[in-house]
Amino acid sequence: MKTKEFKQSIDKALKNANMAGALGRFSEAYVISRAKAFEGIDFEELRTRIAEIKSYATEHLSELAEEFKKNAEAKGAKVFRTEDPEKVKEYILKLAQERGVKKIVKSKSMASEEIHLNPYLKNAGIEVNETDLGEWIIQLAGQKPSHMVLPAIHLKKEEVAEIFSKEVNERLSSDIPRLVKVARNELRSKFLQADMGITGANIAVAETGSIVIIENEGNARLVTSLPKIHVALIGLEKLVPHFSNISPILTALPKSATGQMFTSYVSIISGQIPNTDGSMKELHIILMDNKRTAMANDPIFKEALQCIRCASCLNVCPVFRLVGGHVFGDVYTGGIGTILTAWFDELKKSEEIQGLCIQCGRCKEVCPGKIDIPELIVELRRRLAKEKGLSFTQKAIFSVVNNRRLFHSILRKASSLQKPFSKEGFIRHLPMFLKELTDFRSLPAIADVPFRDRFKEIRQPKTTKKAAFYAGCLIDFAYPEMAEAVVKILNRAGIGIIFPDEQTCCGAPARYSGAFDVAANNAIDNIKALLKEEVDYVISACPTCTAALKYEFITTLKSQGKLEIILDAKRLAEKTFDLSSLLKKLIDGDKLRFNSRFEPLKITYHDSCHLKRTLHVFKEPRELLQKSGCIIIEMFESDVCCGMGGSYSLKFPEVSKPILQRKLKNIKDTGVDTVVMDCPGCVMQIRGGFDKEHSSIKVKHIAQILLESI
Amino acid sequence: MNINSLFELFKTKAEAINAEVYRFATKREALGFIIDICNKEGISDKPYSYALWANCPFLKDLDKEEISKRLPGLKYEVTKPLAAHAKIGISQMDWAIANTGTLVSDSTQIEQRLVSTLPEIHVAVVQTSQLVPDLASLLSQIKPDRASFIALITGPSRTADIERILTIGVHGPERLVIVFVDEN
Ligand code: SF4
Ligand code: SF4
Repeated sequence: MKTKEFKQSIDKALKNANMAGALGRFSEAYVISRAKAFEGIDFEELRTRIAEIKSYATEHLSELAEEFKKNAEAKGAKVFRTEDPEKVKEYILKLAQERGVKKIVKSKSMASEEIHLNPYLKNAGIEVNETDLGEWIIQLAGQKPSHMVLPAIHLKKEEVAEIFSKEVNERLSSDIPRLVKVARNELRSKFLQADMGITGANIAVAETGSIVIIENEGNARLVTSLPKIHVALIGLEKLVPHFSNISPILTALPKSATGQMFTSYVSIISGQIPNTDGSMKELHIILMDNKRTAMANDPIFKEALQCIRCASCLNVCPVFRLVGGHVFGDVYTGGIGTILTAWFDELKKSEEIQGLCIQCGRCKEVCPGKIDIPELIVELRRRLAKEKGLSFTQKAIFSVVNNRRLFHSILRKASSLQKPFSKEGFIRHLPMFLKELTDFRSLPAIADVPFRDRFKEIRQPKTTKKAAFYAGCLIDFAYPEMAEAVVKILNRAGIGIIFPDEQTCCGAPARYSGAFDVAANNAIDNIKALLKEEVDYVISACPTCTAALKYEFITTLKSQGKLEIILDAKRLAEKTFDLSSLLKKLIDGDKLRFNSRFEPLKITYHDSCHLKRTLHVFKEPRELLQKSGCIIIEMFESDVCCGMGGSYSLKFPEVSKPILQRKLKNIKDTGVDTVVMDCPGCVMQIRGGFDKEHSSIKVKHIAQILLESI
Repeated sequence: MNINSLFELFKTKAEAINAEVYRFATKREALGFIIDICNKEGISDKPYSYALWANCPFLKDLDKEEISKRLPGLKYEVTKPLAAHAKIGISQMDWAIANTGTLVSDSTQIEQRLVSTLPEIHVAVVQTSQLVPDLASLLSQIKPDRASFIALITGPSRTADIERILTIGVHGPERLVIVFVDEN
């Protein structure tokens, strides 16, 4: 359950129209500029190289740190390596005091924010000025950054004018170039007077002892050139072995961060350099561990050290663009921030924010470090559940899901219990305490007769091939008509369907909540049920279930140490198909043919998260739809999540709602009156949304549309 | 790629990010162009109107005094206070990367950094033959053992920190004028 404070911070963020507007516009522009920046570059190849470099570095952190130290010190730098953030602060303060430092200028360093260096130095009477424009604005406003790369994106120019006016004691207008000039003038004198400069670094090269600083404004060049002492505070994960490793990281970082081809400035500093008075600069490099080594030793979370802090995962995240960075409560924000906070701070700190991830997988598609962020978040949930236990409600729900008979009998009972609320297959209103669930979308009524019962009445032709149908809860109990369509289509292709009765929930809800034990039991039940009879295919019309059958059963069982059943899980995975992929195969093999439609049907297609990004299926349904006589009018952001995310829409209805509303708008903007998708969960969300709006737009599962051309 | 296509690629990339790119066959022509810029910008011997020229190979066989006579505000002495009061900084870059429009300099000497960071305008001279196709080929040529501060400069200083609106010229130069010279 969310605490009141957390809920309030989400509500506050959602109400902040400035932030949502700015982040929303940026997220849209970003996708385009990013694509443009990477034009002609093989991104997969590039990120594979980066992931290799970084994962090698992760495996050799300590050696690389020593090599770096040796080489940097040979060039006159002093290198201090420590696990303890307190020691970092003490080191810098002591140095400052010994050298009589009164004023410090800083360029952006997330490591320094991570350990709250500024307030510490300030308390000791030292003036510290951030010089990156965004960071300076945030510092003056006494706020926290809302984005890792764009710290002040939540502020409007009028607010910046207000903040600057106070600083310079002059009424300033909100003209942006003018505000930038004011910042230039104000900070110029600070650069010239500072006794010490503090920077971070984006890369640290072990073989040469070099540090690489990437920036656009030129402030890091001034911070490293003008004051006589330079302190570079660097997280251990910035280490790479070779000088040539700079190239792929530098190629990806600006493009991923802001869609820029390259940043204005890159400074590669290798050892001491001359000061303005001809003396040699004191260069102190602090390699900060702060749990990075512990993380590197963790077989699962070590992957997160491949992060190059580009923030593209935030830029594409449908949740982040609504709530921004403040709700994450720390310097590292968004999905990756949740993971870093859990480690650099403590696991407990991620307890609430981990829930914000809807598991849509958009971030992992663009991550130049090739990090499977949603999977790491699930792992966080697993550990949280293990350490702290699940909430009472979750426990109650999963103890039911864990018991197939009980679960199914409850679903059947619910069908009669819902009677007072359901009408035309929808539940539009629920009593007060459940009101949030039907606030922005109607819910589907549970079918009077679930598919498992209806199936027994279906008469099938004689066929040579056989497929086991895996329904999944939603199709079985809410949308049996989708399953009936699947049976008819496959029968036409000469495939007979069996329905193994012992099948149960695919375990996705439990798994995504971290209840791996329940998910493992679900997996075992299903593997047994689906392999009982020899079949040619196992087919599912729900991408989330397919992803579970194909991939997640195996990983869940492995993590629970249930190795005796892994081979069976793999056998099941090999036979499992999502509907579109199987139909495409049948069409290509001439086993199935579509009749032409009397008139082409104009539709738009919504890409469901698991289908597109876990199963990598997005061409197949489009091709099927076109072959069956549909004309597809593509919607904007067709592959952005609809906000359903399984139980997410129940846990965070306030976030699910605006995500859905964007989706509905994008569908409406195409001007067509039918939207098609492969996932019954998306159908539930989108159909429910349109029903609430009294819209006449039809929301169809692909099986229902294809059936019309059979 | 031959040198002309490398230059064309560089020019397209650099201009796309607000740099100004010129190319001259001879040093004489290049010098004439630089003097023109200084004159246009009203360089004079007054604070905030100086032009500072950091020592570089380009200046080597030119008559520095002769140039100074034509430009009273031009100084070859580069110090922190002078750079802070200069309008134009002139320096020579060691390489240029074509596919990103990037200039590269061994900026270990403080003079190189002062003239390219503090003034409003940075005029960067670079030998056309020093063009390389991409970052990887540059990194294979430079040696951090010899250059303690390698500076990559791609366009003028920029920010988008207020409302994501691109604004040129925050802490570094707001104009970057790149002068390629073919003559060795
Ligand atoms: S999986 Fe989706 S919701 Fe979760 S962090 Fe990634 S983009 Fe955001
Ligand atoms: S997790 Fe990946 S996408 Fe996110 S900041 Fe790190 S490198 Fe960039």
